[in-house]
Amino acid sequence: MSFIIKGETGDWETVIGLEVHAQVVSKSKLFSAAPTTFGAEPNTQVSFVDAGMPGMLPVINDVCVEYAVRTGLGLKARINNRSVFARKNYFYADLPQGYQISQFELPIVGEGTLILDMPDGESREVGIERLHLEQDAGKSIHDLHPDKTFIDLNRCGVALMEIVSKPDMRSPDEAGAYLRKLRSIVRYLETCDGNMDEGSMRCDANVSVRPVGSDELRTRCEIKNVNSVRFVMQAIEHEARRHVDVYEAGGDIAQETRLYDTSKSETRPMRSKEFAHDYRYFPDPDLLPLEFDDAYVEEIRSTLPELPDDKKERFMADYSLSAYDAGVLVVEKETAAYFEDVASGRDAKVVANWVISNLFGALNKKGLSISDSPVSALNLGKLIDLISDETISGRIAKEVFEVMVDEGKDPDAIVEEKGLRQITDTGPIEDAIVKVMEESPGKVEEYRGGKDKLIGWFVGQVMKQTGGKANPGMVNDLLRKKLAE
Amino acid sequence: MTDLISLDLAGAREGLNNGDFSAVELTQAHIKAMGAHRDLNTFITETPDLAIERAKEADHNRQQDQAGDLEGIPLGIKDLFCTEGVLTTAASHILDGFTPPYESTVTAKLKEAGAIFLGKTNLDEFAMGSSNESSHYGPVHNPWKANGDPRVLVPGGSSGGSAAAVAAHLCLGATGTDTGGSIRQPASFCGVVGMKPTYGRCSRWGIVAFSSSLDQAGPMTRTVRDAAILLNAMAGHDPKDSTSADASVPDFEAALTGDVKGLRIGIPAEYRPDGLNSEIATLWGKGVSWLKDAGAEIVEITLPHTKYALPTYYIVAPAEASSNLARYDGVRFGLRVEGESLDDMYSKTRAAGFGDEVKRRVLIGTYALSAGYYDAYYLKAQKVRQLIYQDFISAFDSVDAILTPTTPSPAFPIGEKSDDPVSMYLNDVFTVPASLAGLPGISVPAGLSGDGLPLGLQVLTKRWDEETVFRVAGVLEEAAAFPGLPLTGEG
Amino acid sequence: MSLDDARVQRIAVLARIELAQDEIGPLGKELSGILDWIEQLQEVDTDAVEPMTGGADQSLRWRTDGVEDGGHAAKILANAPEAHEGFFGVPKVIE
Ligand SMILES: [Mg+2]
Ligand SMILES: [Zn+2]
Repeated sequence: MSFIIKGETGDWETVIGLEVHAQVVSKSKLFSAAPTTFGAEPNTQVSFVDAGMPGMLPVINDVCVEYAVRTGLGLKARINNRSVFARKNYFYADLPQGYQISQFELPIVGEGTLILDMPDGESREVGIERLHLEQDAGKSIHDLHPDKTFIDLNRCGVALMEIVSKPDMRSPDEAGAYLRKLRSIVRYLETCDGNMDEGSMRCDANVSVRPVGSDELRTRCEIKNVNSVRFVMQAIEHEARRHVDVYEAGGDIAQETRLYDTSKSETRPMRSKEFAHDYRYFPDPDLLPLEFDDAYVEEIRSTLPELPDDKKERFMADYSLSAYDAGVLVVEKETAAYFEDVASGRDAKVVANWVISNLFGALNKKGLSISDSPVSALNLGKLIDLISDETISGRIAKEVFEVMVDEGKDPDAIVEEKGLRQITDTGPIEDAIVKVMEESPGKVEEYRGGKDKLIGWFVGQVMKQTGGKANPGMVNDLLRKKLAE
Repeated sequence: MTDLISLDLAGAREGLNNGDFSAVELTQAHIKAMGAHRDLNTFITETPDLAIERAKEADHNRQQDQAGDLEGIPLGIKDLFCTEGVLTTAASHILDGFTPPYESTVTAKLKEAGAIFLGKTNLDEFAMGSSNESSHYGPVHNPWKANGDPRVLVPGGSSGGSAAAVAAHLCLGATGTDTGGSIRQPASFCGVVGMKPTYGRCSRWGIVAFSSSLDQAGPMTRTVRDAAILLNAMAGHDPKDSTSADASVPDFEAALTGDVKGLRIGIPAEYRPDGLNSEIATLWGKGVSWLKDAGAEIVEITLPHTKYALPTYYIVAPAEASSNLARYDGVRFGLRVEGESLDDMYSKTRAAGFGDEVKRRVLIGTYALSAGYYDAYYLKAQKVRQLIYQDFISAFDSVDAILTPTTPSPAFPIGEKSDDPVSMYLNDVFTVPASLAGLPGISVPAGLSGDGLPLGLQVLTKRWDEETVFRVAGVLEEAAAFPGLPLTGEG
Repeated sequence: MSLDDARVQRIAVLARIELAQDEIGPLGKELSGILDWIEQLQEVDTDAVEPMTGGADQSLRWRTDGVEDGGHAAKILANAPEAHEGFFGVPKVIE
């Protein structure tokens, strides 16, 4: 999985840290009672507090506190019973107060870990530096007027969890795996919907490079607000290559904030952030320290669901699945539940194979999620039963499955309707064998002369004769017997 | 009708209750006085029509036996309180035309109690000042003049408009806000009572913020009893302000027992620096004897970090202000000066909108919080603030209240100190320590200087003990028999 | 603590307050005077002292999550120097 950039002067490795802003699933904002609904008319989801009107004051939302702690527990992180809100001061048109209320020195959640499930089934640990609560800013719209920027404050004040990783990732693939895993965890916890399209999960990537073998940390650039896993991976790759090119040309990388331009596949400096920043953090005097006791944390802990890592372990132990299969099945808790429904009382490996190779493929093609699957867990179970009790063959089962995907029907009904029931009487199978042998005496001679491999050809021919409905095991046995006569 | 303005708040309340006069009559008398004293520049915005309308309602409510505690009482509102539908300026050019679509919690409570608002009183811009000279709407004139000296004096600040309006009988009481002395110091300069409650007693919601960890609203009146009445209507827990205390509000008027027997009164050595104005020192001595005569026990105490209070304040308050005032950017309300870019617009708007003192403090505050200086300035100041607070905590182990002068001098002529910021800041030397510690305090007019200018004494107690503040203040008031500003009739 | 012109200019930029060239020098002197006076804090020993971060002596109260606000765009925009189609308007920003 190593990602090495081969330069002219040598090999380079990439050092990546991610900052993810995950929107807390709450009805109202972090410090005001205005709604958080996405996509409303401009400035309709705004309280006087969010608009930074004179004399307005923040009051914290209990659910946001609870969900930050919950997410922290999901990341196996240290929970700080006392944390402090600080103001991050800077001027921007979509930041009405002139500061963002965030957490600086004492965040609500400290260090934790996240385990990456790599495509080859390997696992890697990435350190979590911290998770803190902060306000989202509003939205600047630059394309509605030729020489004006329009400001909508609807998002202003929505609660975000900023989750900061340690610079522990070394490849775009690892960054992708990190984001997918983090999304999986917050979705299990139901603290964030993880929807990157609507911006409820956004990623800033800190990227630097260094010669392989070195452990220095070179100047990093921050690529802001990338809104899909794929783009994050692309942006990192482009940025890392840019650094290598600059260094190899004898240049220096300036620490700066950059934007990823998806249309040009390149990063460029962000003009509005050109200003050397000095955020002048200080504890927000409108808010007191946020405090809770251990009992509060334990109460939240007691409501945590089984999380993907534990579920994966259990799937491997209880169902004897491979790390890869278990990892794939637990990404979404709905998928995991679906799998367990089907696997109950059945051969789990067979079920895993059906879910991963057939069901995922079909859902992908149709752009559906598991919750909208036309094939219910009940029906997939029935289909697998039809194979194991030899009512149909595996090949026929695939045909039946396709009908199930298109029509959402019960597999029993499909088998009956289309007369797909497997032939398990010796009579018709023997008739077919005789017919095949009579039509190809030459092949029979060859087989009998020692060309064993031809058995496959004979099986195929017999299956063809029976419209695929013959039991392949029986066909095999009977053929060998007849050919040996 | 003129003598209706000679009444104090408690007297007016009694007259209204007895039906001696109507709220409309009382209000008209004050509107007339307000009109006759525009020379004092105490009001930025007068709202006589709204006041009369409200007075009619008050009379109606009284007839229906639905009178609130302040039903029909005309007040002045410091123009730092946001008032729904009424221009709110904080005396700054940058809030030009700002009409809040909401009402501050304190003024909403006063309205609910039946009070009538005559208008919005002048102040130092964003409450930053001790002389009311930094107002965009021009300085307020102190209604008092020194004997034989025609020069116009400052009313103190920042609640100078409220203090002067109360002193000149333009209203029965007024709201003030105190960050480092902005209620007590102008009260002392204008010969009225000014009370700063414990930090968290009155909601800050809807008050234009200066320094969030210090700002506190309070009453300004002509008597201690009136201050108690007014504070009862202003105080109380507000879930919209996270720093508002979830504590029940005692009946402050009932605390005025006139009895201080056995109370231990602390006299801090540090409030008697070398070169303390001798008239002030004498008055302080009188205050000590009055309380001793009334049966209180006088205890010498020490508040060792007192001399660091002002420099501490001049880091903490500007730092918070630099952040609180960032929202004045020309985007959502107030003044905008167009620029070539967003940053250019911000910088031009703020350059034109803020006056010199506000700029000074925003710049000092910005510097104190900036990278590389935070620890040396802001963090250091927060630590010294802790020491100042601890000084008071220790002192209150051995005393129930502390008596000090309110100001180091009487009111001074307009323009006299405006060239030297630090000498201006020294006006708050006796009021700032209690602000930093969040303690309640009051200034009671206690005597006149040789030139005939009012001088105040300050009473401080531990947090949440406003009752003792009022009790001690009541005894001082009675003993001092302060004459008040001679009423000059029609002005 | 003496603030040179460059420092004053930098603080003013951070605070978004435009200063005329001839304001910078005198302002720097004034601010330096204030800072000199504040310098006396350095003589206080604060080694073991917890900073006092706010005015209140309680812990933070929490609000129950619920929607009780919003839906008044007209009031939000009522005081705006510039508004278009429900948005605030500012000079064009190039990101
Ligand atoms: Mg960040
Ligand atoms: Zn952030």
